Amino acid sequence: MEDPIYWPSFFFLLFSAIACAFAVAVVVTPNVVRMAFYLVLSLAATAGLFFLAGADFVGAMQIMIYVGGTLVLLIFGVMLTSQDRFISMKTSNFELGMATGVGVCLFILLAVAARSIPEWHGLTAQQVAEIPLEPTAAPLGMGLLGARVDSPDRSGYLLIFEIISVHLLVVLVGAAYLARARRSRSGFSLTSDG
Amino acid sequence: MADFFISIQIWPWLAYLAAALIQITLIVTLVAAGSLLFIWLERKVSGRIQDRLGPTRVGGKFGWLQTLADGLKLLTKEDLMPEGADEFLFKIAPYVSFCASLSAFMAIPFAGGEHPFVALHLNVAVFFILAVLGLEVFGVILAGYSSASKWSLFGAMREAAQVVSYEVPLGMCAVVPVLLAGSMDLVVIGDRQAGSFLNWYIFHDPFTFVIFWVYFTCATASVNRAPFDLAEAESELVAGFHTEYSGLRWSFFFMAEYGSMLAVSLLASILFLGGWHGPIPVASFLGLTFDHGFWYGVAGNVLGTANIIVKGIIGVTVMMWVRWTFPRLRIDQVITTCLKYCVPIAAVMFLGATFWQYKWPNGITGGQSARTYSVREQWSAPAVPAAAKPAEKAVKIEPQPLTTAMGIARTE
Repeated sequence: MEDPIYWPSFFFLLFSAIACAFAVAVVVTPNVVRMAFYLVLSLAATAGLFFLAGADFVGAMQIMIYVGGTLVLLIFGVMLTSQDRFISMKTSNFELGMATGVGVCLFILLAVAARSIPEWHGLTAQQVAEIPLEPTAAPLGMGLLGARVDSPDRSGYLLIFEIISVHLLVVLVGAAYLARARRSRSGFSLTSDG
Repeated sequence: MADFFISIQIWPWLAYLAAALIQITLIVTLVAAGSLLFIWLERKVSGRIQDRLGPTRVGGKFGWLQTLADGLKLLTKEDLMPEGADEFLFKIAPYVSFCASLSAFMAIPFAGGEHPFVALHLNVAVFFILAVLGLEVFGVILAGYSSASKWSLFGAMREAAQVVSYEVPLGMCAVVPVLLAGSMDLVVIGDRQAGSFLNWYIFHDPFTFVIFWVYFTCATASVNRAPFDLAEAESELVAGFHTEYSGLRWSFFFMAEYGSMLAVSLLASILFLGGWHGPIPVASFLGLTFDHGFWYGVAGNVLGTANIIVKGIIGVTVMMWVRWTFPRLRIDQVITTCLKYCVPIAAVMFLGATFWQYKWPNGITGGQSARTYSVREQWSAPAVPAAAKPAEKAVKIEPQPLTTAMGIARTE
């Protein structure tokens, strides 16, 4: 049966257009809070791309960690700029030129790398429809527990997972140590009227 | 639903479009009708608690058309914006809140079985809903920042402090039913509690009973309801983050608030209160399951949908009852409640529920054995043949309760 609109392509183009457009907007806009907000939209559109690819766990992760994490950026933006009303950032022409150069180089590198993988292009809609949609959460979880479901002869990521979690725990403890209210030992106390 | 439309021989693109439109319409209708009902209910409940009558005139006996009159009034109000405001962010902030609250309904199932009533059947629905509901804060903070008013900014900053405190215990509470069901799929979690109310996860063991109340506290904090409504705190901050808003934009914030109240109540009823499975299993007594035929199952699911919506409304009513009964907490008290009390309680209860599940995986009565094994076999079925010879690693890990907590491979 002929299909005039192929929805996955439509949504791929929609989400990627949103992601790219707001990524450019992040770079162009001078206001920090708007920048953070555009970053949120760009990252959320990327999450949409993950959902479109059937990777719902990674998509939810993208929303939770990246989009949710940008909240902190937004809060800092608000806290740093709300004293002067809507402060603007100016970038010099030199910085702009450097950033453009690096960005174009990175884009060319990624585009060439992506094109060089033969499995990633030349598929028809028919071939794509035949690729089975496999659940991703369980293999990911098993992989982090040390057992690879997709290729059982290879080891999982248990050690890496543990190292990262211990590292994060150390960071948390360190942050709590640095941020805790210091009890005055020498009769000297901090006052807020500075 | 798209499969149903494809099966009646129309073009696939039209089938997907029709399915999407029907689902969007149903969800938007639910949220909009929900807000209409809840605003009226809020007035009635607050009136009764304060020994008043509440609205009595508009629309006859109980003032049930009051919300419509409110809505008309809001529509005719002038759309104001302060002079120094950041125009783009000021205009978009209410929609950000509303979108986040509405998107959570995409992944909430209203009935289960073989053909669940859910717009987007996600394998990781619990995680997705918690992630999306967390985005509602963006609207509040953007509104507070862009209004160019100190009251709004104070509200936004309080909200920021509140977010970091309630998200940790909320996540820990939601993990416990995931652990018991062995899946992050809300349809599976709901269907594991089939039967009478004794199978509900709130009555699974003493730990889950406690953790339900911790979840409810944190959920109340997450939707900015009193006693946690510090972001608006009308006695201190005029109206907090929405001080400068008027008319329709203001009402979008309230649609978002009532929408997410309903969302967290529905999530609570799926995670702990059996979801679409009632206190008494009426649908299976009447034979309305998918075993008897497709349309019997659909009829049973319609009953289940009514069931879960009633549970959601009860949850929202309890939140109103709490709002009009307790005084507002101070910001340090909110952070203390969430981080000093809710997190340790949730952690201890999580450990307790883990040990309970390890000791009595089928419940004390052993009544849940059949379902437990079916879930585990579902998971191991695709893994073991693929693993073939050197599969001992995967097989060895398999009987531990942790593996099922990571989510189940659906073998459809």
